Parts: sequence; structure tokens; C-alpha cells
Amino acid sequence: MSAVQTPAPTSPPDPRGADTAASGGPRMTERLTSRVRLDRRYLPVVGTFAVLALMLVVGGSRYENFLSARVVSNLFINNSFLIVLAVGMTFVILTGGIDLSVGAVVALSGITTASLLQSGWPVAVVLLVSVLIGTVLGLVVGLMVHVFDIQPFIATLAAMFLARGLCYVISLQSIPITDESFVALAGWSQQFGDGWRITTAVIIALVVVAIAFYVLHYTQFGRTVYAIGGGEQSAMLMGLPVARTKVLVYVVSGTCAGIGGLLFAMFSRSGYSLTGVGMELDAIAAVVIGGTLLTGGTGFVLGSVLGVLVLGLIQTIITFEGTLSSWWTKIVIGVLLLVFVILQRVLVVRRR
Amino acid sequence: MSTTAPAWQRATQHRLFWPIVALVVLLAVNTINRPSFLSIRLQDGHLFGSLVNLLKNGAPLLLVALGMTLVIATRGIDLSVGAVVAISGAVALSFIASSPSPDSLTTVLVAVGIALALSFVLGVWNGFLVSVLGIQPIIATLVLMTAGRGVAMLITGGQITTVNSAPYKAIGSGFWFGVPVAVVLAGLVFAAVALLTRRTALGMLIESVGINPEASRLAGVKARSIIWTVYAVCALFAGLAGLMISSSTMAADANNAGLFIELDAILAVVIGGTSLAGGKFSLSGTLVGVLIIQTLTLTVTMLGISPSVTPLFKAIVVIAVCLAQSPKVRDLVAARRRRAAPTAAAAAEVSA
Repeated sequence: MSAVQTPAPTSPPDPRGADTAASGGPRMTERLTSRVRLDRRYLPVVGTFAVLALMLVVGGSRYENFLSARVVSNLFINNSFLIVLAVGMTFVILTGGIDLSVGAVVALSGITTASLLQSGWPVAVVLLVSVLIGTVLGLVVGLMVHVFDIQPFIATLAAMFLARGLCYVISLQSIPITDESFVALAGWSQQFGDGWRITTAVIIALVVVAIAFYVLHYTQFGRTVYAIGGGEQSAMLMGLPVARTKVLVYVVSGTCAGIGGLLFAMFSRSGYSLTGVGMELDAIAAVVIGGTLLTGGTGFVLGSVLGVLVLGLIQTIITFEGTLSSWWTKIVIGVLLLVFVILQRVLVVRRR
Repeated sequence: MSTTAPAWQRATQHRLFWPIVALVVLLAVNTINRPSFLSIRLQDGHLFGSLVNLLKNGAPLLLVALGMTLVIATRGIDLSVGAVVAISGAVALSFIASSPSPDSLTTVLVAVGIALALSFVLGVWNGFLVSVLGIQPIIATLVLMTAGRGVAMLITGGQITTVNSAPYKAIGSGFWFGVPVAVVLAGLVFAAVALLTRRTALGMLIESVGINPEASRLAGVKARSIIWTVYAVCALFAGLAGLMISSSTMAADANNAGLFIELDAILAVVIGGTSLAGGKFSLSGTLVGVLIIQTLTLTVTMLGISPSVTPLFKAIVVIAVCLAQSPKVRDLVAARRRRAAPTAAAAAEVSA
């Protein structure tokens, strides 16, 4: 959680820091400006965090039981698959690409899980196969983008149609999942404290986030991802493995979509070819709200997680409100997206 | 032989060669499957037949794809057209439903006027975000794509609004001198766009903005107004398509009207050889692309395959056409041709 928590302590001291700088001499000012500059990189994420906090405060003051452990736990449980999708999407968007296929891959992975379990395959194999489907599709997209120079938008659009079509080839109807060990795995949950609850899906999602965080910030692959987003030509001239990395980000995103499909199958206990319609847009919205620039190069995995939580909280608040119709969710998400996009734009312009 | 080879080669190297081959193959499959496919008969002074239906059902997609071509030519993209289709239909039908005389021509004209005006305003909004605020087109139009369906549901109150109004029904299912009104409208719009962009400098200006907005601005092209205009026009066409779609079912379905039409339109544009990188567009290519997509959908249904599997075939066509158009494959083919028949290539060069 360091990327989220570092800005929180650094942003409040700014006004205090200004006072000490006046008395502390030039060295202090220098240190402060460097700190402020560091701050700007985190600014969009801080903004997301502020919106999340504001929503929690407003929700907590308006409704009883809103700020309860149960609501927060459910926020994670209901959005675990979206968290995983947003993590994968962050990798792709950081390189300046986009992945429109994740929603369809979720459906494909979910329906494969359900159909293989129905025909009696062992759970371990099924889990592996469903995730691998996403990986393979991601690899295909990556190769199309890299080798054949097809724009990511079109390549992933084709993959989206492909995955959606394959879903219908597997089954037109919803397949219920009745396999005992899978249901046991999906239904496992651990209560602790006062109302806190964690499920298998949440654990998997958090593990994915942790791995993604490590990979993005502490490995060569992660740094190359940022470098490609910052400038592909420069990255190539620096001798970084641009080609391999560009293919790999789609593999990562595809794998995440495969895992997401698995989590959704756990969540809904079924596989259906119509699941995840428009889910890619939710994932993109979460990534953008989480402060990642669509031009690439700037953004954090943890920001995307915050973005998912903001989207989930909008849904929760509208449910709590009771009188508001469901379509307000879409309108509010659209407005929020707009606000964040304009905020990012202002930041980029000011940086220049 | 030596005179026909270069001509044949020139034909295969034409941008639209492979898309047209795909279209002819699809039409041939249909004709083999049902020999009466190509026949058109005159009944009660109206044209009837599969081909007429094909054109009629393709009219809304052609309108949307035309607008999309112009937007893509400026290096943009408009994801919100589906939402605009839904809003336009919702506004028009809600107005007619709430008016005392749904069958009067004035009511329908006012409804059409309001719907088109609102669509235009939505396009102006998109154009404002892109050209004035400088937000990336994907994300700027994603805002309206997300919020737009919510707005459409707000207008219809979450219901599927149905009305009976003879003049309104004519837009989608009427005939004009034996030809479906929808086809006439789409044809007129196509002719107008082709005339305006290809017989005046406008098309070249749009392309110059797509190649380099900054350079064209310095050269005295009003880049900002041109970008603004194409988004407004694109939404206007989408609004007209929305009227056709809602009129052919006489129902405004905020959730499903125009669902995925933006993706189909983008596919049509790409199949037609317009690059997503902007700077070049082909209206006739878009027309061929629309016909391919529409024929493909029809073929799948006619062959007795479940229409749900259509996305799979779309994916195959898109991947095939994109691969055939990708520079890498072209180079490979060209290299092989050079190696296989160096003399023929030399002859072609001499004659060229």
C-alpha cells in the first residue's frame, strides 16, 4: 500500500513546510520543492483517495450502518474480479495501449470453467485451463499488435469478438456450477473481528495486486513498461526489450482477465456467455479514475484498485439511497470520469 | 499475357481489393445457399428481396460509419455513437408518446427536430472535450458512452417506450418511389458527405488535421473547428441512425438500441482501409465495410447458425482483413512475388 500511503502523509505538511522553509534557508526549500515535485506524480491518486474518503464520509453521515466492516468487506467481495481486471488493464494502459477484450475473456473463462466442471474435470485442471485461455488470447493479441502492427484498439476488439463468439460456441445457455469442491472453494470465507469477512476471491485479488505491485515497481519488466509509456522510441534506443514487453503486457492483461473470469464464476456460481458485457469499460474507467494517464507512462496499480473501490462505492451509495434508479450509477460514473479526465488534463498542461 | 499481368497486379494491390473479394465471397455463399438471394421483385410498387433488406438494415450502420470515418480521419475515435443512437430514439419516441396527436406530421417533424438537435449538441460536447480541452478522443467519448445510456434510461424512465405513429414509422419501414426511405436517407447523406469532402477542399483539410494538427494549424487550417465539426456531424448522423432504428421497431430501448454499433462502425471503417492512425479516409471503403458486416450477419442467420455466434465470424473477417492490410504481410507477399517472378516484376515496373 506504499504508493497510496506515501502521498497521504506528504500532502498535509505542505503548508506547514512552507513556514519552515522560510526560516530554514535555501537547502530546505530545495528539499521541499523536490518533495512537492514527487507529490505531483501522486496527485491524481491522492485525488482518487480524496474522492473515496469523501464518499465514505458523506455516505457515513447520511446512512446508518454505512461505515461498517460489513459494507467495506462487501465492497471488496463484490468487486474482486474487477480489481483483477483493472490491474491487468493498468499494465496495458501504462504502455499506451488499450485492451477491449477483457469483458469477453471474463465470459469465456467463466463459461469454460462451468462447462469443464459439468463434464467432470478435476478442479485444479479446470482452474489452470480457464486462466490459460486468457493467457493465450492475450498472447495472440500481443503478437497481432507487435508483429503485424495492428492498432491495440482493433486487435483487442477482434479478440473481444472472438472470445464472445467462442462463448456461444461452448454454450448458449447459462451453465450452473455444482461441483462440490469448486463450490466449497468459492464459498469459503473467514470472519474476523466485528463483521470483517474475507473470501477466496478477495484473497486471490489481493495476491494479484501484490504481485502486480512488485512486478511493476521492482523488476526490469515493470520499469520497461513505464519506459515504453513514456516514449517507445527512447525505450528502444536505451536498449530495453520493447518488443517482448509489449507482447507481455497483453499476456498479463489476458491472464488477469482469465483470473477475473474465474473469480466471477466463483461469485455467480455459473458460467454465462453474456457476462461481462461492458466490463472492459468499467475496468478502463477504474484505471482512469485511479489516476493512470491513457497516454501511458504515468499511473499506479494501487490507484486502479482505488478506482475500482470508487466505482463500487457509487453502486453501494445508490443502493443505500434506495429511491434512486439504477441508471444513476452510469450517469455518476460518467460524470466522475469526466472530472478526473479534466483534472489529469490540467495537470499535464501545467507540467508543460 | 504480359499486358494482363500488370493490370491484374494493379487490381490486387488496390486498397479495396481484399474487402471486395470478401464481400463477393459472402454474396456467393448466400446465392449458393439460396439461389433466390439475388432476385429483387417489384410488389405494390415497392422493391422487395434479400438485397433490399440488406441495404435497409445496413442504413443505420452506414450513417454511423460515415460519421466515424470522418472522426477517425482526424486521428480521433467516437465511442459514444451507440449511446447517441439510444438517446435520439428515446427523445423522439418519448416526445411522440407524450403528445396528444402521435399521428400528425407536425408532431413527428418536431420530434425528429428535437432528437437531431440534441444529438448535434452531444456531438458538440464531444468536440469541445477533444478540440478545446485536448482530452484524448477515446476517453472523452467514453464519458458520454457510459453516461449516455443512463441519460437515455432517464428519458424513457427505464421503460421500453412504444408508440404508434404512421409518419414516424415511415422513417424506418416506409418506401419512397419503391425504395426504402432508410436507404434513400443513407444514400443522400453518403452523397452529400462524398460531395463535400471530395469535391471541395474539406476532405483534404480533414486529412491534414489527421496527419498533424499542429502543422496544419500553422499552415492556416482551422484545426480546432474542423475537429469540432466532425464530432458534431458524427453525432448528428448517429442521431439519424437512432431515429431509423427506433422507427423500424417503433420502440425506444435505452439498453439495447445501438448496442455495439460503435464497434461495428469502427470495424466497417477499418475493413474499408481507413487507418486508425488518421490522415487518410475512404468513403467507398467504409461503404464496402458496412456491406461486408451486414452481409456477414445475414449469412450467419441464413446458414442456420445461431446469430449469437456472429461475433466469431466478425473476428475472423477483421483479423483476416487487418492481417492482409498490415505492412508486414504486404512486404512478405511482395518479397515472395519478387523472388518468384523477378521478370514479371521488372515488366510491371517498366509498364508502371
